[in-house]
Amino acid sequence: MLELEADDIYVSYGDLTALWGVTLRVQQGEIVVLIGPNGAGKTTLMRAVAGLQPPYRGRILLDGEPVHQFRSHQLVERGVVLIPEGRRLFAGMTVLENLTMGAYTPKARKTLDETLRRVYTVFPVLAERRDQAAGTLSGGQQQMLAIGRALMAQPRLLLLDEPSLGLAPLVVGDIFDVLRQINQDGVTVLLAEQNARMALELAHRAYILEEGRVSGEGTAQEMLQADHVRRAYLGQVSPLESAPEA
Amino acid sequence: MNLEPVIQNLVFGLFVGALYGIAAVGLSLVFGVQKVLNVAHGSLIMLGGYASFWIFTWYGIDPFISIVLTVPMLFAFGLALYLGLFRFVTRLGEEERIKNSLLISFGLTLVLENVAIRLWTADERAVTTSYAGDGLTIEGIAFPYTRVASLIVAAVGVFLLHTFLTRTFAGKAIRATSEDWEAASLMGINVQRTYMVAFALGTAMAGIAGALVSVSYLVAPGIGLAWTLKALVVVVLAGMGSILGAFAAGILLGLVEALSIYVVGASYREVVGLLLFVLVLLLRPQGLFGRH
Repeated sequence: MLELEADDIYVSYGDLTALWGVTLRVQQGEIVVLIGPNGAGKTTLMRAVAGLQPPYRGRILLDGEPVHQFRSHQLVERGVVLIPEGRRLFAGMTVLENLTMGAYTPKARKTLDETLRRVYTVFPVLAERRDQAAGTLSGGQQQMLAIGRALMAQPRLLLLDEPSLGLAPLVVGDIFDVLRQINQDGVTVLLAEQNARMALELAHRAYILEEGRVSGEGTAQEMLQADHVRRAYLGQVSPLESAPEA
Repeated sequence: MNLEPVIQNLVFGLFVGALYGIAAVGLSLVFGVQKVLNVAHGSLIMLGGYASFWIFTWYGIDPFISIVLTVPMLFAFGLALYLGLFRFVTRLGEEERIKNSLLISFGLTLVLENVAIRLWTADERAVTTSYAGDGLTIEGIAFPYTRVASLIVAAVGVFLLHTFLTRTFAGKAIRATSEDWEAASLMGINVQRTYMVAFALGTAMAGIAGALVSVSYLVAPGIGLAWTLKALVVVVLAGMGSILGAFAAGILLGLVEALSIYVVGASYREVVGLLLFVLVLLLRPQGLFGRH
């Protein structure tokens, strides 16, 4: 069983506090989505959970164990893997090298070949381009590689920060399909996403983050119907509907 | 025109250049991976030179053989330096690191230099092997054994480092960390430990360079900054963080210096490297083999 709990956390960058007492819970098997405008603290929350930006107040618990002072590499060993905003691939290294780095932890390294076969099954294009430098892939392929690289670590909790950013709507649909599949294989997912409609259609539950605070939470169904959410986040047609035919 | 002296000059340029190359790869590795500009790198070469010299003087072991001792010694010294000093620099943001590492490593240069004077006096030392001065002569071109052996050792050292970085798990982790340390830490890579290993490897490379310096040049406490400067010119020529590129750029600098005596005369040879340095910065700031 896996349970992530952020308990009243405050995170700052120097003098600037980005999260003001955020409390959130993610349970085994869930897909939870964070929605909210730019600058609301979604990325900061993801970074705090992944150990990149530790909270100065409050606690983060993983299966009841406080992990907010752990560094990111220690969290990876406990199954918490973040796909950061902008993907952050090792651009000068090959696709295969990127995937290999994903399986860096001793545990993941043992089953590297098997996990690699699984990733290649999910993303055949990565197998075709295994010897190509990651930086030369298209945006969609890069996102696939970022997800594939994270899967190599055999995550229990997968954190994704804006996976749809800069991608063509059709590709976003593919990526979300893969996320649903990954979740059905038993990986818990926490997703920060500006594309609220698609994210809510995928997720079980959602939190709204505004100005560094949680301003709403509920099941994805409730959110899709809530007035405030409809007005603020679903008001404009989603990019998938507005985009011209590819 | 008689080509023999020109070719002889180029051959020596190649030998000298290989030494520049091996002197530069350690500096390049450390800067590329952790954005620490270690101007004490030349002083680490100096320490490697003394290690070779004393092992030769006390035990009569040839520097080309004692390299199997000096390299691990310098590696261990690199670990200690990282844990005692540079660990505190790499905690800073990348921009801060360059400034702070400059200050700290310049201080380290002074410390190492003065400790060396205290321990071993300021005398110039050199290893004179039984075969020093011997060599092959092919078509009138001299190939001294020590220089040929130095070239081979330098090339093998660079090749091994390159192979380690491209073929092993730990080496790939070093490259990943150098590309994006935060993303690397999200793979489960312990970034601080990777920095430590990279720093120690860079110091070990200075050990190889020091051994080669001891047989072909002079070892004295004050040689550090001159070697740092050479290494720095080579690293800028090559582009930051490219290992094979640094070696190639070292050889290029050696060849250009060798040829330059026909243009500007031997006394201005040193200036040519610096001129090349400025030209590259102006025309191709990412270096000859740099990516960015």
